[in-house]
Amino acid sequence: MADSYDLVVIGAGPGGYVAAIRATQLGLKTACVEARERLGGTCLNIGCIPSKALLAASHKLREAEHGLAAFGIQVGSVKLDLKGMMGHKDKVVDANTKGVEFLFKKNKISWLKGWGSIAGPGKVAVKKSDGSTETVETKRILIATGSESMPLPGVEVDEQRIVTSTGALTLSEVPKHLVVVGGGYIGLEMGSVWRRLGSEVTVVEFLDRIVPTMDGEVGKQFQRTLAKQGFKFKLGMKVVGAKTSKKGVTLTLEPAKGGAQETLEADVVLVSIGRRPFTEGLGLEAAGVALDERKRIQVDHHFQTNVPGIFAIGDAIPGPMLAHKAEDEGVAAAEIMAGQSGHVNYDVIPGIVYTWPEVASVGKTEEEVKATGAEYRVGKFPFTANGRARANNDTEGFVKIIADAKTDRVLGVHIIGPDAGSLIHECCVAMEFSASAEDIARTCHGHPTLNEAVKEAALAVVGRPIHI
Amino acid sequence: MATEIKVPTLGESVKEATVAKWLKAAGDQVKADEPLVELETDKVTLEINAPAAGTLSEIKAAAGATVGVGEVLGLIGGAAAALAAAAAPAKAAPAPAALADKPLAPSVRKMVAETKTDPAAIAGTGKDGRLTKGDVIGHVEARAAAPVASPPAPPRALGPREERVRMTRLRKRIAERLKTAQNTAAMLTTFNEVDMGAVMALRKSYADAFEKKHGVRLGFMSFFVKASIAALKELPAVNGEIDGDDIIYKNHYDIGVAVGTEQGLVVPVVRDADQLGFAEIEKTINALGKKARDGKLSMDELTGGTFTITNGGVYGSLMSTPILNTPQSGILGMHKIQQRPTAVGDKIEIRPMMYLALSYDHRIIDGREAVTFLVRVKEVIEDPQRLLIEV
Repeated sequence: MADSYDLVVIGAGPGGYVAAIRATQLGLKTACVEARERLGGTCLNIGCIPSKALLAASHKLREAEHGLAAFGIQVGSVKLDLKGMMGHKDKVVDANTKGVEFLFKKNKISWLKGWGSIAGPGKVAVKKSDGSTETVETKRILIATGSESMPLPGVEVDEQRIVTSTGALTLSEVPKHLVVVGGGYIGLEMGSVWRRLGSEVTVVEFLDRIVPTMDGEVGKQFQRTLAKQGFKFKLGMKVVGAKTSKKGVTLTLEPAKGGAQETLEADVVLVSIGRRPFTEGLGLEAAGVALDERKRIQVDHHFQTNVPGIFAIGDAIPGPMLAHKAEDEGVAAAEIMAGQSGHVNYDVIPGIVYTWPEVASVGKTEEEVKATGAEYRVGKFPFTANGRARANNDTEGFVKIIADAKTDRVLGVHIIGPDAGSLIHECCVAMEFSASAEDIARTCHGHPTLNEAVKEAALAVVGRPIHI
Repeated sequence: MATEIKVPTLGESVKEATVAKWLKAAGDQVKADEPLVELETDKVTLEINAPAAGTLSEIKAAAGATVGVGEVLGLIGGAAAALAAAAAPAKAAPAPAALADKPLAPSVRKMVAETKTDPAAIAGTGKDGRLTKGDVIGHVEARAAAPVASPPAPPRALGPREERVRMTRLRKRIAERLKTAQNTAAMLTTFNEVDMGAVMALRKSYADAFEKKHGVRLGFMSFFVKASIAALKELPAVNGEIDGDDIIYKNHYDIGVAVGTEQGLVVPVVRDADQLGFAEIEKTINALGKKARDGKLSMDELTGGTFTITNGGVYGSLMSTPILNTPQSGILGMHKIQQRPTAVGDKIEIRPMMYLALSYDHRIIDGREAVTFLVRVKEVIEDPQRLLIEV
């Protein structure tokens, strides 16, 4: 007799494990299928968490080399211990993934270790590492298989010379020249890590700007900031070929609009042109689950696919490929399965780039607002006018708030600056409650904090900032 | 677990009431069904009784507050609640009270104060129906765009020998309704006079027997109710009402009987009076009158009349032009019975005479109908036998 569950989640990333925990909280007997040796999915193992460990460590190195002197601290010669830095990263990953394992035990969630796939209505097959297959029965299936790096035709990833973000987290030495293909969040974060550790970094981007989904003004400032840190940019260029040798990689570039080819020598190439949903080998076709043209699983408002009893969340369905989006969907899906009302507000999902300065945004960009034809006002406040930022020697960037000209409702907030990823959240709460810029401005902000820049930007929406 | 004291359903079309007075103070012990608080609506004053025994732990709507149907007026903590409170005296007041009213966003708080807007009057579009600044802006703009009734004149200064008293809800409502009637209907009054001799003789003959059998005095009112119904059946427009471009004719006869009380005039309704006998009509009117004077009428007893009878004679009036009880289209005014020299055949006799008045809405009732109505009433009262054979 096979084990029988109320819910089997396929995939233990931030979407899947959170959904599993929420489901057990709501009384569903839940199992989670995960083939990796450690829980937490891409995010905890080879994504968000290890990259932040390296970003934090490399930022400290840069501070020691270039930042501390301005505070009157002499540190003598600073030396990178790459192995030690990787050790820090591994420790963080270990602690976090063990943490999820503990949470599973605490919540009595069965971890079915193996490769999960749909084996028929209400049946999930778990193919184990020893080759055996166990099939369990379940009332519902939740697909939370996430995404994988998008391959670039003509550029074969070997995770040694040509790497994805996964390989970029484990380079054994600092490459002299790192070429990042794709000017998105992941490429710029990993580029930042290696730039700080000493690499020359060149970003090759197909479009004529980096981070194309970002507010234009912020994107421009971001590029200037990175350029100041030594990033080189080749915009409007596509990579058409790569040749790996013992010494490195020779990339062949071509202008996106067409024109003369050129070559670019690199020690390591990071391919980060985006991610694609991981929806193959899961038995979806046999089960009759409908995918869209980009192989994303189609779901309704209840995260249910066209096949009753099969649900999907996270990177495997449409929407921004963000861990926190997957988590919220996991919670909502579990609540809906338990008969509650679950909802994700897709208008208020923050996006954060963890470079330094950080870039964070929520809501619409100015370009998007303009396109709707709505009348709007913009309030901006630079960190150079913020006392705390000055005290921290961290004055790069600004806060930009876009609000409806008539109702003053906050439509979007874009921050480039120190700790932008933390600062954005007071704006998220405000937007979740349909707040006006005035509501943010009239909320008492502690002094001296970086958050005061948010308050001042809100005041600037109606043209009355105090400190500028 | 605390029990909520809620505003009950107040009747059709009545959505809110004013808290007139709390009969118990917070902290008082109350028995189940003990009167706790008085509410005043447009039409009645009603008492709310304790839904359970316990301690009146909290008053949420103080005297003077306007409350809607279903709103919580206060809480009664049961014995268990009292025990819990005793066991944990240091614990802060429970939070749900604060959650019940959604706090206003700072911009909203400022704007409603500055524009003198009642936030409760605005529909919120924010999370869980909260108000956004945009909601208030929209409301204020809509208000500004609406044709403004000239702003109420500032209250004039009081002279040394004057006193200002706020109108009760009932008085305000009476004032509004009377003015609505005058503004809406094409109101006109027709008069006649009736010799009360026959009815008085009939009463004299059967007064004792009637009272002995039915336990109620035979009054004049039942005769006029019966006479009116006879006339209404003949002239259905008088029992009708105007609704937009239509006339609604009513095939039921619910007769409102105006009763003066200390708080003001109320008009309880005798339902299906055509189905009732004289004794039942008298009993019903007596019961309603008593309730009215005690302020205990329910909303259902006050709404839905099709025609009204008012008797100014009890105060000595000889003649009056009653105002319609909208949306009704007719009202019969009875007056004082006076001994008067009257021509009977070729002789002058002293007869007990009463002037009758019918105010009517000329929009749907023609003069002929109004006059005929009153003549029918007169004929029946002067010869009550007609009621028997329905002529």
